[in-house]
Amino acid sequence: MENDKILEVKDLSVSFNTYAGEVKAVRGVSFELNRGETLAFVGESGCGKTVTAKSILRLLKPPFAVIKEGSQITCDGKDVLALNKKELCEFRGDEVSMIFQDPMTSLNPTMTVGKQIMESLRIHRHLNKKEAREEAIKMLKMVNIPSPEKRIDNYPHEMSGGMRQRVMIAMALACSPKILIADEPTTALDVTIQAQIMDLMRELKEKMNTAIILVTHDLGVVANFADRIQVMYAGQVMERGTAREIFYEAKHPYTWALLSSAPKLAKEAKQELYALKGTPPDLILPLNCCPFASRCEYCMPICKEKNPLETTITDTHRVSCWLQHPKAPKVKSFYDREAK
Amino acid sequence: MDQVIEKLQNADNILEVTDLCKFFKAGRKQVLKAVDHVNISIKRGETLGLVGESGCGKTTCGRTMIKLYEPTSGKVVFDGKDISTLKGNDLLDFKKNVQIIFQDPYASLDPRMTIGEIISEGMDVHFHMSEKEKADKVADLLGKVGLSAEYANRFAHELSGGQRQRVGIARALAVEPKFIVCDEPISALDVSIQAQVVNLLIKLQREFGLTYLFISHDLSMVKHISDRVGVMYLGSLVELASNYDLYDKPLHPYTQALISAIPMADPDVEASRERIKLEGEVPSPINPPPGCKFRSRCKYAMDICAKEKPELKEVEPNHFVACHLCNKK
Repeated sequence: MENDKILEVKDLSVSFNTYAGEVKAVRGVSFELNRGETLAFVGESGCGKTVTAKSILRLLKPPFAVIKEGSQITCDGKDVLALNKKELCEFRGDEVSMIFQDPMTSLNPTMTVGKQIMESLRIHRHLNKKEAREEAIKMLKMVNIPSPEKRIDNYPHEMSGGMRQRVMIAMALACSPKILIADEPTTALDVTIQAQIMDLMRELKEKMNTAIILVTHDLGVVANFADRIQVMYAGQVMERGTAREIFYEAKHPYTWALLSSAPKLAKEAKQELYALKGTPPDLILPLNCCPFASRCEYCMPICKEKNPLETTITDTHRVSCWLQHPKAPKVKSFYDREAK
Repeated sequence: MDQVIEKLQNADNILEVTDLCKFFKAGRKQVLKAVDHVNISIKRGETLGLVGESGCGKTTCGRTMIKLYEPTSGKVVFDGKDISTLKGNDLLDFKKNVQIIFQDPYASLDPRMTIGEIISEGMDVHFHMSEKEKADKVADLLGKVGLSAEYANRFAHELSGGQRQRVGIARALAVEPKFIVCDEPISALDVSIQAQVVNLLIKLQREFGLTYLFISHDLSMVKHISDRVGVMYLGSLVELASNYDLYDKPLHPYTQALISAIPMADPDVEASRERIKLEGEVPSPINPPPGCKFRSRCKYAMDICAKEKPELKEVEPNHFVACHLCNKK
């Protein structure tokens, strides 16, 4: 399992060219993904989670978005950034596919859902119409859509949000990809439907041994789902570790802030919630310091001068924070303080 | 907990809703029952949370209560007056006393008005103030919601989502209301910003003695901010209780399922938890099934559920449930 790497991203930097200047949305992100593993990207909006996920599929359009030189994405031995148009077509859907946030807008309203699922089956697996239709029905059945034989001829507008998200999942899994990228798959859905969809994804993951990258801002969704978590802020990875390491032994003040700002069911009502002051930094400006310095309670002079390097705590747990430096004062997480 | 009950018992009702219905026409001979015979009363100074899945009529209910929609039938009494009969100065007064904070701070602020104009618009209608007084009050309000006075001359597009929602709150406060409907005020915001806005709402409630109707689908946030919580399903209120009772011992099967579906940010708790799974989805509110509306998804459904619609009854002190299961006991 250890060396069974399926995806490796090194020093990924992505910039957007806007009228106001170059927005450096992702700044040197590196990570790897093993076969059958679930990795979650967690962070506030605008922290580069989605951009990172989309660059893996090369979904960002040049010249508006530029993947910087020196970035490397290797999937199953293939250099993704060097693929030509035809290879890219085969790569998308066949090896890596994606579920988008909003099932209302990401399906084609002028095509029946069956056609949309069949499309990728016919292109990637070269099935004929009849076979593709049978396969599509099978896929719909797998994602628990009732009476799939009838539903296959429905248009997206005839379905509810939860159903549409199921169709999206069916479509994404149609060619049994090795990696599934789920970009906030449940944000637009209600809690009960969210629970259904997460259960479904867990089940399918075990059945098909697909590696999943889950992009979300909801730590609750991640807790029971992800093997590893990567906390992102301002286009950088602040902390990464297994789910237990992030939830119980977090070392970065930003992770603490994220964990404490969600209300706890067990807590007394109407107590003040921990609120992170200020807003994330402007990504147009150059950042030579720790991006979190301006909002950090424990900010030290060095934090405003130099970006910290990653400190390794265990094999899986790594933190980018000056507090980990041997000379830094030892501070206790306020999240722990609160919990006790 | 005792304090809450005491507070509830001593307070009078600021708003009483009896048999409120709001139906919309949905094509030929079809009626969408968005709010279907809802009875609820809101006590002065409390926060009543209203939760439910999307499309269950939470927002319509809130809007009908403050006369943004005309009810199809039923009565809403605010501060002792039936709001459907209000005219002239009484109506103006009512509109001053009830305000609403909208869900989407990106859509609810006029892009062509400055923040100062947006906040002072209501004051022009309700108070006679000089320009100087108005400017002072706007600056004061901006300070209250945690923005600097300079923002008065900016436009909405210059602000972030959290800042815009603060402007929405300042606008609601500008006319010194007694009752504010908070219609999903935080669902469009980021987690860290949500906490800021919720803290602000709690602070303002204490400062001005406001009453809130807090509509949201985020159950953990509702638990955090509310004194009592009502659960809606397909236009009907299925359970209403103090927030401790509702979250600790929910009685309605739907509430039980909702609460067990809340994701928790704790892997150990999550792993040891048992989920009550709800099959299927919410049926269409157009011509809903007779009897209990939840029965198509309820694992305890009995014969009586198909025949009779359960009424909202007080099963335990201050704990109301509409379910045949609870009636039997």
